[in-house]
Amino acid sequence: MVPLREVEGRAIPFGAKNVDTDVIIPAHWLKTVTREGLGRGAFETVRAEPGNVFDDPEFASAPILIAGDNFGCGSSREHAAWALGDMGVKAVIAPSFSDIFAGNAFKNGILAVVLPQEQVDRLLEVARTDPISVDLEHQVVTTPFQDRFAFELDPFRKACLMDGLDEIGLTLARDTAINEYERRQARDMPWLAHGTEKAA
Amino acid sequence: MASRPRTLYEKIWDAHVVETRDDGTALLYIDRHLVHEVTSPQAFEGLRAAGRPVRRPDLTLAVPDHNLPTTARLDTEGNRLPIADAESAAQLAALERNTAEFGIAYIGATDAAQGIVHVVGPEQGFSLPGTTIVCGDSHTASHGGVGALAFGIGTSEVEHVLATQTLLLRKSKSMEVRVEGQLGPGVTPKDLILHIIGVIGTAGGTGHVIEYRGAVFEDMSVEGRLTVCNMSIEGGARAGLIAPDETVFAYLKDRPLAPEGEAWDRATQWWRSLATDAGAVFDKSVTIDAAAVQPTVTWGTSPEDVAPIGDKVPLPDSFADPSKQEAARKSLAYMGLEPGQKLSEVAIENVFIGSCTNSRIEDLRAAADVLRGRHKAAGVKWAIVVPGSGLVKAQAEAEGLDKVFIDAGLEWREPGCSACLAMNPDKVPAGERCASTSNRNFVGRQGPGARTHLVSPAMAAAAAVTGKLTDVRELIG
Repeated sequence: MVPLREVEGRAIPFGAKNVDTDVIIPAHWLKTVTREGLGRGAFETVRAEPGNVFDDPEFASAPILIAGDNFGCGSSREHAAWALGDMGVKAVIAPSFSDIFAGNAFKNGILAVVLPQEQVDRLLEVARTDPISVDLEHQVVTTPFQDRFAFELDPFRKACLMDGLDEIGLTLARDTAINEYERRQARDMPWLAHGTEKAA
Repeated sequence: MASRPRTLYEKIWDAHVVETRDDGTALLYIDRHLVHEVTSPQAFEGLRAAGRPVRRPDLTLAVPDHNLPTTARLDTEGNRLPIADAESAAQLAALERNTAEFGIAYIGATDAAQGIVHVVGPEQGFSLPGTTIVCGDSHTASHGGVGALAFGIGTSEVEHVLATQTLLLRKSKSMEVRVEGQLGPGVTPKDLILHIIGVIGTAGGTGHVIEYRGAVFEDMSVEGRLTVCNMSIEGGARAGLIAPDETVFAYLKDRPLAPEGEAWDRATQWWRSLATDAGAVFDKSVTIDAAAVQPTVTWGTSPEDVAPIGDKVPLPDSFADPSKQEAARKSLAYMGLEPGQKLSEVAIENVFIGSCTNSRIEDLRAAADVLRGRHKAAGVKWAIVVPGSGLVKAQAEAEGLDKVFIDAGLEWREPGCSACLAMNPDKVPAGERCASTSNRNFVGRQGPGARTHLVSPAMAAAAAVTGKLTDVRELIG
């Protein structure tokens, strides 16, 4: 993962609530076996509407997306995060996110920033005309107008994003602990060892 | 043993913690990993690129479902028929190739046991009480119906589980959905979960694991419990579960992958200890009156947009929240509905009975009971019944249900995800309505411009008969 420390630039003032992952990337785009190229299908149904923010040249390649409550609800498809990444989005700001989407975004180096609705409303206003800055290290969103909104961030996720850590590599380094757990489970819950082997 | 009273969720969580990190995240062991063709190719590619093996192929089970056409898979001579869509064919071929390369059990498209991953898991006895189960699919919550902690994951997490058999997680909050009383006649588990989502909203369970509690669940079949838990994600909860009991044990006993003999006895002993202790505290609690639940339909484009079939399409101004008013206006425009219109007068052109929510034998029996001796209305252009697995299909055929459907003018298909999501040839045409037993009424979910009304299998069957959304109680008297 590429380290992420700061995101600065124009922000797409989307603002819609309960945006589900079928809206972020419709199912017919899911027939791919790679992570690339999904930006073309991002927000397809929204983009079918004339005058939508995504096709406004003002916000072309904007690295920030501002959304409403419960962004990314619905399907677990990581294609939603891949599509945003392929669009060039590195941070999404919203009052709340679905749990699965927030995890998927983070694992693809996209920061999900949670701010209260009134601060999101202020950013939606600023984004129309001016850039926004997200400082990961100091956990603060700023505007050219002295707005300064602090946000919470899980320390582990912060470290992974800032250092571009490989989470699988980190867990593989805990191999001894996993082996120990498997020994314990084989002793205490022996019925689980069957797995997919047909019972004799 | 901890003396503090614990919830079912906490007991399963505690039993699977490999280690807890200083920052509070836990490395959680995953007992069962289900894999399908859509969310796995990039994960296998990641393993290959890093030269990593699958840690526990024996705890992993793969089955194709999302892309598969539900038409015949073999020609008259028993040869596999090609899949017309090149991208679907490539994704399905990738799963077959990846499972062979990494040594993972694979139930292929023409295997008698193939089906929707969330139907196959419990049916094979692979999904067990007290286990941690994951799959790259948000409806993994289904398996909570057998008392497992089961949740959907993204593809990066699929790769993480394949490589390490663990996930790094922060413990969720717990939420109790307590249902008091009993469901009335003609009111099914699907109506109950739609009603619950209407009460808590699509973000009501965000950050929480739901435990469904109350006598109604104790009396409910495993199929019904799987339906309820399946839609936990539509209420925002990554997982939903119901305490495992004798009903679950009877369902699982002698399933192909279920434990046997002494192992079974030891397992059931532990499973019996999993129910939430008296005095355990939930972070959030909601009480639902079962008697208030009516046969329920959705009118909008969010699963929280529910109403009893006897109601009218709501007036957007009737919602307190201005953003909900706006959302309702957009939904109704998409759905082509007028505020104040009676729901029972909404004509439908399509009927879909299937999906991981409602494609098990009990669902098909409920639909057949309504359709027996009747015929679909002239205005219903397309009506399909898609069993959740080959085993469900065989059982239904043994009971003669296929003939009931065919005589009623419905099509009887091969197992798969079908018209739940527009990834295979089963789609609802733009601008047309579908009475659907699936789980999501999102914009474009069943095809671009398709209008979805979520209902129970009995209600879908009733709609097929009358050609409009219908209170099934009028047909079953």
